Amino acid sequence: MSLESAESVGAPIALKMGASRTETRAKAARHRRLLVLGARALLLVVLLGAWEVLARTKVIDPFNFSMPSKVWDQIVQWTLHGTAQGSLGEQIWYTLYEALLGWVTGVAGGVVLGIALGRVRFLADVLGPYIKVLNALPRIVLAPIFLIWFGLGPASKVASAVVLVFFPVFFNAFQGAREVDRHLVANARILGASNRRVTLQVVIPSATSWIFTSLHVSFGFALIGAIVGEYIGATKGIGLLVASSQGTFNSAGVYAAMAILAVVALLAEGLLTFAEKRLFRWKTGSPGGER
Amino acid sequence: MNNDTANAHPPGSAPAIELRGASKTFRTPSGALHTAVRDLDLTVGQGEFVAVVGPTGCGKSTTLTLVSGLEEPTEGEVLVGGEPVEGIRPEVGFVFQQDALFPWRTVLSNVMAGPRFRGEPKARARERARDWLARVGLAAFEDRYPHQLSGGQRKRVALAQTFVGDPAILLMDEPFSALDVQTRALMSDELLELWGGSRSEGGKASVVFVTHDLEEAIALADRVVVMTAGPATVKQIFPIGLPRPRKVESVRLEPEFVEIYREIWSCLGEEVRITRERGASHVA
Repeated sequence: MSLESAESVGAPIALKMGASRTETRAKAARHRRLLVLGARALLLVVLLGAWEVLARTKVIDPFNFSMPSKVWDQIVQWTLHGTAQGSLGEQIWYTLYEALLGWVTGVAGGVVLGIALGRVRFLADVLGPYIKVLNALPRIVLAPIFLIWFGLGPASKVASAVVLVFFPVFFNAFQGAREVDRHLVANARILGASNRRVTLQVVIPSATSWIFTSLHVSFGFALIGAIVGEYIGATKGIGLLVASSQGTFNSAGVYAAMAILAVVALLAEGLLTFAEKRLFRWKTGSPGGER
Repeated sequence: MNNDTANAHPPGSAPAIELRGASKTFRTPSGALHTAVRDLDLTVGQGEFVAVVGPTGCGKSTTLTLVSGLEEPTEGEVLVGGEPVEGIRPEVGFVFQQDALFPWRTVLSNVMAGPRFRGEPKARARERARDWLARVGLAAFEDRYPHQLSGGQRKRVALAQTFVGDPAILLMDEPFSALDVQTRALMSDELLELWGGSRSEGGKASVVFVTHDLEEAIALADRVVVMTAGPATVKQIFPIGLPRPRKVESVRLEPEFVEIYREIWSCLGEEVRITRERGASHVA
């Protein structure tokens, strides 16, 4: 009797202990997440606070270094009253438009040429050295030339974004096309695929993961191209905002433009990651793959 | 007896596969020449199952790529159905050692790939692909991606992918070597079954099955070809008289099997030893 009762009592206890252990683990995980978030927030507050305090107490020169409160005021002022060149939204849109157009063009060119050279040995052998030379050139020096060629409008910024985006995408697409599992290609050919089909249905899908890694980096490059182009000479855009703030010794304006750019870049990055997850459902270990 | 019908083919019907003095030389990345296959003569009759065994890395796989048309011989001739091989032929199926399924396609789409590449209408290709998936027991998995399947299941998809093309000639390059022992025996039985009813007009495909597993070779084949240490050439050919239909697990317990095994191994073992000694001298 006592044994039986011990058993019947024991089972629920074991169950409860199991449940409470799961609960404890969940609690610990939640706790850790909060701790990480808290530490992040604290770090930001400490850094911004230190900056503010150091600038206000004149340990660092507030004229050169500005302070977070002034940067915030600048952003608010731009948002509410617009900038010297028009509304803030318009500046962001201009920069984004130039970067996006340059990015799309550069990516398209890079992917097409990369795959073509990866597949057609003759092309690769002929063009290879020229592409190496162009890549060795620090391409940002082309921005002033583009300004001369295409003027103050968006075209010159698009051009500098294109040359910055093209090369990393090209090299990744080229590498991706070259590194295609040769058994996949052999299998496709045995199954009756023509050269064109092998390119379209084997090489391009297997090169996409290579291409996508370059897309992340290259959108950043497109923004750099657009901003540098605007900085050198433009009528609109965030780069111009930086240049004109600098010209009027408004350091808060430079920092404010930087902060806006960072937010724009992060949003674009988020969108790309989302698209990537949708595209790579077939991949092992990719989120959403096992669903 | 199978051997007799294979060698004495009636006039007018050529053997399924014929290699005449075929050699293949590759240039290695370091620039040196490497002869994978040298002066190879081999004939495979219509509907015959030939297993090729030899030491690791001796050039067995190269033989298959020559027959498939993926590579051309440096010297000699390769004939399929009496015609010289020029490029890839639609009646040839190839099952690879490694996973060669398209990872971005679902199981069904993988099996449909061959017919679609050859321009078959989508509906018909899908219907036939479903039929073959059912035959390999994967009808319920058609929407999965390859990485969601086990190794044995992936191999079944690969078999369906190949058989759906109704191959008259089936080339298999150590297809089951990556599987565990139990799955392997199971797959061998399934292969024999599929092979029995493989062709749409009732005949059997002619098979060249490359393996380094002698038991597997004897259990499956009508003839076992022993290759020399690389460069590969035919050392000796052994007819296997075991009656069909065979079950892989039970056939290997028969005294006749054991006897053949011993006989072939005494021939193959020497080549394996040569390869091993070469490897050792490479290391030293």
